[in-house]
Formats: sequence, C-alpha cells, structure tokens
Amino acid sequence: MENEMELRFINASENESFARMCAAAFAARLDPTLEQIADIKTAVSEAVTNAVVHAYGGGRGPVILRCKAENGMFFVDIEDQGIGIENIELARTPFYTSGGSGRSGMGFTVMEAFMDSVDVVSEKGRGTKIAMTKKIR
Amino acid sequence: MAEEVAVMLKGEIDHHRTEEIKRQLDEIIENTRPLRMILDFKNVTMMDSSGVGLILGRYKRLSERGGALYVKRLSKQVDLVFQVSGLYQVIKKI
Repeated sequence: MENEMELRFINASENESFARMCAAAFAARLDPTLEQIADIKTAVSEAVTNAVVHAYGGGRGPVILRCKAENGMFFVDIEDQGIGIENIELARTPFYTSGGSGRSGMGFTVMEAFMDSVDVVSEKGRGTKIAMTKKIR
Repeated sequence: MAEEVAVMLKGEIDHHRTEEIKRQLDEIIENTRPLRMILDFKNVTMMDSSGVGLILGRYKRLSERGGALYVKRLSKQVDLVFQVSGLYQVIKKI
C-alpha cells in the first residue's frame, strides 16, 4: 500500500519536535519497532535543524516535509528554499560546521547512522533537499 | 566544592532545548564545582547531534575546573549518537 503526506512550516526551532513527531506518526502505519521510530525521529530532527540553523542565514523561511510509505519502505524529504550548501561533500564531513560554537558538525553523520540512505541536493541561492530512506519491514 | 553531582535529564534533547539545558547545567557546575558530574539519561527519549555540542561544551567546562563528566543509562538511540560522534573518546559511560 502506498501513502503520502506533505507538510509546510516555518523554520522556527519549536517546529523541530513538531516535524519529527509528524514523520514518526506517519511512519507508524508501517508498523515499525520503537527503535525504528526513534531512528526516524533522530534523522528528521537533524535535517530540520539544518534548515532552522543554516538555510535562511538566521532568518525565517519555509521548510517542506514530505513522507511516503511504500512496500515497507519509509521515504522522507526535508526541503528548504534557502541559501543552499556550497560544498555538500564538506558539509557531510564529520565535525565540519558553519554553525559556530556549540554546533557539533555531526548532523549528516548522525542521519547516515540512523537511516539506510541519505541524499543531499543543493543549489546556491535556491535551497537544499535532504532525501532519506529506511526499510521498515 | 561538591564531590559528586548527579543530574537527571529528561525528554527529547534537540536544538530547540539545548540553550535552556546548557544554562541549567552551567549553573549547577558553577554553584557546586563538582569533581564528578553524572548525567543520567534514563528519561531521555531522543537526542540528536545538538546534544553532542551541548555535552562536549559541558565536558570542557568541567575539565577546566578540575572536574570530570560521566553518563549513564542511555537508550540505544542516544548511545548510537554518542558512538558515531566520538563522544565516548572523552566521556566515560558508567
């Protein structure tokens, strides 16, 4: 069975928990384990935090969360229309951050640890899309 | 100066909550100057990499004051965040 949803919200930090709860609630229909739900929440939290901290240079802008469930697979995209990532390879390097002190630079590393695949598409001045998948059953 | 201070963390630790938790932990560190601070994660249901920066910052603050930081009772999810981020290289799980 196939199912989809799309959600649009402002990149306020309060929405980090809102976004991961929505993604987890959607994924629940695939009958995941509690561990898989925790994995999804962690990865979505990372991607949304990325949009909150980096996408709009400290300002406000929209974030779109898309979820899809198909044949036991969970697909999630987190997209912004912000400044984009100039060097994706560098951004994915562990400990690299442009977010200043207090940021660990481990966001993409954590996403990769918790999901089966993480793809990043970004264009300078146009925005960033992080697409992740996880096999649930 | 306290010998040991144990702090029970709870809920989901994300970017939105880190400033508040950081402020509270730093206040405890300054007020008690502990030799050992233990962070108990039993009631932490999720932590993302924002928590890594938070924990590392507290570790540094404690080290500068002659103290050490320990963690205990982490969920599998939080444990994996600690593992992949290398936090266990400097912070001991008890």
